[in-house]
Amino acid sequence: MTPPVHEAVLRGLIPGVLGILVRRGADFAAAEDAVQDALLEAVRVWPTDPPRDQKGWLVTVAWRRFLDATRSESTRRRREELVEEEPAPGRAVSVDDTLQLYFLCAHPCLTPSSAVALTLRAVGGLTTRQIAQAYLVPEATMAQRISRAKRTVSSTRLNQPGDVATVLRTLYLVFNEGYSGDVDLAAEAIRLTRQLAAAIDHPEVAGLLALMLLHHARRASRTGPAGGLIPLAEQDRGLWDTALIAEGVDILQSALSRDRLGEFQAQAAIAALHADAQVAAETDWVQIAEWYDELVRLTDSPVVRLNRAVAVGEADGARAGLAALAGLDESLPRYVAVAAYLRERDGDLVAAARLYAEAAAKAGTLAEREHLTRQAARVNAGLA
Amino acid sequence: MAKYLLLKHYRGAPAAVNDVPMAQWTPDEISAHLEYMNDFAARLEQTGEYVDGQALSPEGTFVRYDGEGRPPVTDGPFAETKDLIAGWMVIDVDSYERAVELAGELSAAPGAGGKPIHEWLELRPFYGVSPTITE
Repeated sequence: MTPPVHEAVLRGLIPGVLGILVRRGADFAAAEDAVQDALLEAVRVWPTDPPRDQKGWLVTVAWRRFLDATRSESTRRRREELVEEEPAPGRAVSVDDTLQLYFLCAHPCLTPSSAVALTLRAVGGLTTRQIAQAYLVPEATMAQRISRAKRTVSSTRLNQPGDVATVLRTLYLVFNEGYSGDVDLAAEAIRLTRQLAAAIDHPEVAGLLALMLLHHARRASRTGPAGGLIPLAEQDRGLWDTALIAEGVDILQSALSRDRLGEFQAQAAIAALHADAQVAAETDWVQIAEWYDELVRLTDSPVVRLNRAVAVGEADGARAGLAALAGLDESLPRYVAVAAYLRERDGDLVAAARLYAEAAAKAGTLAEREHLTRQAARVNAGLA
Repeated sequence: MAKYLLLKHYRGAPAAVNDVPMAQWTPDEISAHLEYMNDFAARLEQTGEYVDGQALSPEGTFVRYDGEGRPPVTDGPFAETKDLIAGWMVIDVDSYERAVELAGELSAAPGAGGKPIHEWLELRPFYGVSPTITE
């Protein structure tokens, strides 16, 4: 009997292996191709001939592939220099190599979509086809997006300090994309963020991981049988994953105790307060509104101010919420939906019905449009 | 990333600046136009922004259900139909601004006299995915 190669284990080894190749002087684009080749080789060979040191095996095979490719590209001199410099085999994969790879794949010189694609491929080890399917574009298009991104970062020195902020933003984007095709991007984002949290001690990395876990815990309750959105207040809280919530809260608490607050910790704190309520009516909106004040202070983002208006409306009444809404740009996404909700809570049903319908026409997603159309229909039915 | 549909109309869009029916172009002008369109699509594939593109025949039929056990009713084509789609291209770009920029380039495809058509293209956003983190 031969054990199958565990895909998750294999993919977990990628960042360290790739990081070593790049640190040894391999061009990033060529190193990434070589690691992909080595992975295919591992899937073929390991079931019958499992290595004792999996990482070491991958480094050796990938390095050989890289040298072969370099030779075939007739840059012999460069190869010979590298062979001379090659460190002793069997060297342990350092945490720094993994970290540097995250920084490189989410380098500030990349557009957000390029950083997402490159991170999923080079750090996550997904195939180009899987990434293309997840983002609903042709494989050829995704292949070009990835190879352009590789070319862009190839000229970047790996030893330059990376930017944690762009890495976190990239992982956040992947998580928010959710689930499409045969790849669960939310689960992949969590895996990559866990791996990052193990490589760097940083409260915002922990904050993002906590935020993801707390939202992932509610996934089963978020959509109805037909795929429609179920708002937080109406979700079946019995479906929430209490183990994930507990883990998220633990991670958040230890991050907050460091007293270096950032936006992901603040967002996670809001998610934790929602998760803490056994029924919607027990939600601690006063504390949530206070966390939104923190978020406004940290980000000064109009979207955060909009969400804050909802929290204030719950904590201090619809009038207070409408007052918090005043002065915000009406063209903000979901502004009209929030106005409709607060009007309804304030008892102005005629205005609420009109605003729900207007919000539905402006919705950015199909699920949101359907949800808002139902809200308009519900309020209209009450008026009839 | 956001997906956009670029819609090209046979009818229904405001008149182009260089508004000469294709049948009145020279064969070379037609070739130049098609080459421009193909090059545009190829370039977008290179930048990782291309999703799909198709041209549609102008002749179409309207079809509707006509009740249990009855064949569907067909009607048309209607010569007076106000809006007639000629084709589409789907792009996947980082911003609305980039989508407008690309639509502008596509509208510059050469027509009669080898000059840009300046035709009006309709730009329509796709619905996005619902973000996991909303509150």
